[in-house]
Amino acid sequence: MQPIATTFFFYFLSALTVLSGVLVITRKNPVHSALALIVALLAQAALYLMLYAPFVAGVQIILYAGGIMVLFLFVIMLVNIEQSQREEQFNKQWIIGLASAIALGALFVFVFAKSKSLFPDRGISMPEGSNTQQVAVLLYGNYMFAFEIASLLLLVAIIGAVVMAKKRI
Amino acid sequence: MLSIETFVVVSVIKIVIALFVLLTAVAYTVWLERKVVGHIQNRWGPTRVGPFGLLQPLADGIKFIFKEDLTPPHVYKPLYIAAPMIALICALTSIAVIPIGNWVTIGGVHTPLQITDLNIGLLIILGITSLGVYGVALAGWSSNSKYSLLGGLRASAQMVSYEVSLGLSLIGVLIVAGSFSLRDIVDGQGGHFWGFIPKWNIFYGGQFVAFFIYLISAYAETNRVPFDLPEAESELVAGYHTEYSAMKFAMFFMAEYANMITVACVASLLFLGGWHGPVFGPPILQAILPVFWFVLRVFGFLFVYIWVRGTLPRFRYDQLMAFGWKFLLPLAIANLVITALVVAWRA
Repeated sequence: MQPIATTFFFYFLSALTVLSGVLVITRKNPVHSALALIVALLAQAALYLMLYAPFVAGVQIILYAGGIMVLFLFVIMLVNIEQSQREEQFNKQWIIGLASAIALGALFVFVFAKSKSLFPDRGISMPEGSNTQQVAVLLYGNYMFAFEIASLLLLVAIIGAVVMAKKRI
Repeated sequence: MLSIETFVVVSVIKIVIALFVLLTAVAYTVWLERKVVGHIQNRWGPTRVGPFGLLQPLADGIKFIFKEDLTPPHVYKPLYIAAPMIALICALTSIAVIPIGNWVTIGGVHTPLQITDLNIGLLIILGITSLGVYGVALAGWSSNSKYSLLGGLRASAQMVSYEVSLGLSLIGVLIVAGSFSLRDIVDGQGGHFWGFIPKWNIFYGGQFVAFFIYLISAYAETNRVPFDLPEAESELVAGYHTEYSAMKFAMFFMAEYANMITVACVASLLFLGGWHGPVFGPPILQAILPVFWFVLRVFGFLFVYIWVRGTLPRFRYDQLMAFGWKFLLPLAIANLVITALVVAWRA
């Protein structure tokens, strides 16, 4: 079946992502921020689906929306909300903030302007069923080294967290 | 290929039927549970409403609807109202990708007995059930009560922990089947080997250990005995739904039983060959029999659920966590490695 109303869904999901992204940093109550972040992650997963990447979309939901954000919420639920609401929400480093915002914006504009030469003309379309296989082939074939390095970094982070959290091991 | 109008009409019909059947099944699982646990404990269970108490679910439903819907003054209202909805929506949505039988042709329309056949069906089920945690966690937080908060915290920690072993136990099946689509996984389990043993994944694929890992983690995922610590009534009143009453409470209740049914469906599809079974007789019987075999398996799982509930005592919380992380998880990883080695060696 042909995809229907793709333009509408793209703009709808993008608007949802941006809007909930803004809500994440403007809400005072941390639980509200976490919920907005969940919505942003789900909308992002839907965008992956629109790009014919069902595996990435599924993993995004399971890991980020269903796993990591639950742990976020878990910690936030233990925080004293009244005390955290009295604290200052934004810090005063607006010069650095402005500089990095401009740099990031310039990068986006540059990539958008050069998009013709940077990216292939048409999306690489794969048969839908073999998407997961393609991801695996890329991860464990072409990018094996980078993938293993990334997992090593995660391991170091985990051990670091355990060492910092536990005085006696 | 269907035209868009027929597609929409057929889908709506299938959704209505699936939801009706699922909700009826939920109601009668509750009846079955009360009846079976009653007999295990040498009681009769419900007997008064209708023959064998068969109309008891109806009476319960009417009672839930007409009870006063209390909202305690100290709750955080938006999330307090949204939490049971999130729980129920997540529980009902996952039925959309579960196939209950082969393709059928009714009135010239050739359609699968399934709302939609996605090629990432299993991932969708895992994703939606992992989102179901939010219903419980937010209910616990928004109630602003210590029992609810502790219940919600326990539930989210328990579900996140056991989700890992649950997912890993399924990957063994995925390696054997080579597809995420539930329909493909079931199709791969047709036929027999050595003459009479069916080629179900639990036998032929060697996923015997994975099956039990899945079963145990699924009990923990659905907060059932012996892992029902989130609502341990002897210490937490009722856990995360302490402050809920009437229909909002009923929504949590329905979500729990709908999740049980989903888990039973996934176990039947992935490990026990789905709807495969002896098919014979006239065409109408041939169309119905696979569905019957599938429902029989699901019923078997639900019965075991209830049986376990009537038999086992509750775990202590530290035992639960140690069991999940130190026993089930290593076992699931070992099963995964061995399955991968065997599949690689066969290929």
